[in-house]
Amino acid sequence: MIEAAFRGRLGGFMLDAAFAVPGQGITALFGPSGCGKTTVLRAIAGLLRMPEGRLRINGDIWQERRRFVPPHRRAVGYVFQEASLFPHLSVEANLRFGLRRSGTTRIGMEEVVDLLGIAPLFDRPSRMLSGGERQRVAIGRALLSQPGLLLMDEPLSALDRFSKDEILPYLERLHAALSIPVLYVSHDIAEVERLADTLVLMEQGRVRAAGPIPDLLADPALPLLHMPQPAVVIDGKVVRTDPGYGLSEIAVPGGVLVVAGGLGPVGEGRRVRIPANDVSLGRTPPRDTTILNALPARIEGADPAGHQMTVRLRLGSDGRGAALLARISRKSWDRLALAEGELVFARLKAVALSGSARVPALTRVD
Amino acid sequence: MTEAPLLDAAMVQTTVLTLKLAAVSTIVLLAVGTPLAWWLARARGLWKEVVASIVALPIVLPPTVLGFYLLIAMGPESPLTALLGRKLSFTFEGLVVGSVIYSLPFVVNPIRNAFEAMGERPMEVAATLRAAPLDAFFSVALPLAAPGLFTGAVLGFAHTVGEFGVILMIGGAIPGETKVLSVTVFDYVETLQWDKAHVLAGGMLAMSFLVILSMMLVERRLNGRRE
Repeated sequence: MIEAAFRGRLGGFMLDAAFAVPGQGITALFGPSGCGKTTVLRAIAGLLRMPEGRLRINGDIWQERRRFVPPHRRAVGYVFQEASLFPHLSVEANLRFGLRRSGTTRIGMEEVVDLLGIAPLFDRPSRMLSGGERQRVAIGRALLSQPGLLLMDEPLSALDRFSKDEILPYLERLHAALSIPVLYVSHDIAEVERLADTLVLMEQGRVRAAGPIPDLLADPALPLLHMPQPAVVIDGKVVRTDPGYGLSEIAVPGGVLVVAGGLGPVGEGRRVRIPANDVSLGRTPPRDTTILNALPARIEGADPAGHQMTVRLRLGSDGRGAALLARISRKSWDRLALAEGELVFARLKAVALSGSARVPALTRVD
Repeated sequence: MTEAPLLDAAMVQTTVLTLKLAAVSTIVLLAVGTPLAWWLARARGLWKEVVASIVALPIVLPPTVLGFYLLIAMGPESPLTALLGRKLSFTFEGLVVGSVIYSLPFVVNPIRNAFEAMGERPMEVAATLRAAPLDAFFSVALPLAAPGLFTGAVLGFAHTVGEFGVILMIGGAIPGETKVLSVTVFDYVETLQWDKAHVLAGGMLAMSFLVILSMMLVERRLNGRRE
């Protein structure tokens, strides 16, 4: 468990943030710029001491009442927005800086070098690296300090699109290969949808909500669902591959999705992203259509969004499966006389694979 | 008429003494100035400005005024003399103390600037990589401030070599003990030994130029190694 609570005034800014999230997987601290995400992360690292604070990381108390563990005694790895490599040290010396001081080698040099693909960078001076390469070295350096918690402060935001796409797969591999919990600060929902298991939604110094990301994306009380391009993510498992047609089946709570591509071994965990604008609804199971994914679902509710409706659904005829969103016109909503509790067939025009070891291209399956 | 040698024993003695004074002073200056510069770069509040002003005083104060106060502080009547059990005025040690105070701003300022230019980030990174503050200071802050330390050392050395007023006030001109180059030049001019004055003055001019030139070249290289 990661339990954090910080309160205090910083200049003109009032922070009053408290959350408890699982002590494993990737937790995203998400919110607009200036909402206090980075402040919370710095307080967790001990780089900043909030006047009032309580912090417990998987049983260890790092801050409580008058107790405050200084940053160098906290088992955190911190990846800053800019890589911040030491310019006076080589790539290798940068990597060894924390390793040498940590006392253990649970995470070994070879493992990290493999995971991040940084072997070819060893002999280069750190100023000769590209932005993406530097950030990979910085991530490796943080991992080698043997953290019990990895903190990442918008590690991709200083990078161009190209470098971002270069790093994301490494982050996903990290997630899969290491059991270290990660707190990831971001203001980019696409990054969050792709990487995070748990979401802490922040607004003006406060925590608006915290929980599993699929739930929060489809929560009508939260702003995520009201964004111009809302989407849900669903975690599932590969159950079948069909090399002949180049398709794979992914079992998700309440149904099975057909996704383009041979998605690797059966049993492997995959995340799919389904944009609400790519979901249409029908009363009857579709026939004579090229759409492959048409799943029974129950309507949980609907919220008007201009001339459209954002319909909240749960997959499965019992309505107990994964949450799904559909953006349809108000006219269609009225014409089909849809209502809460009704059984419908959700047709998915597109299912984007996310959380895979590659850049998610929107794969149309129709 | 016999031709006088270019350098006589007295000139060699005064040169060696001057270099020794400058070397010892530079070491003390770095040892005192570096922590002071660190504190000035990091501290907040009014105290810092007060201390920074005191450190900067020798830049504006006439050396004779500084020397006058130092003479009193080191003289037979002063509490400092009582504490040490001997007086520092008219001794080599006294010159070192005077030189350190006189050259302190020239050493502290470049080092402080280097520490300030570094920003908080490298020390934060070091802390998250398990380096305790002292460890981080030696393994990160000092190497990153190397160009500033170098400039400070060179300026401190050169400034001590060129010091005159303070030395005359607190050290006088005891050969082999306190009679440094600048005082010797003054002596030669006063006694109309222009040829000897020429040798020493020319030598110091050339040395000063070389010191500053090499400092700039080294600085350029050090800065070139960083982004």
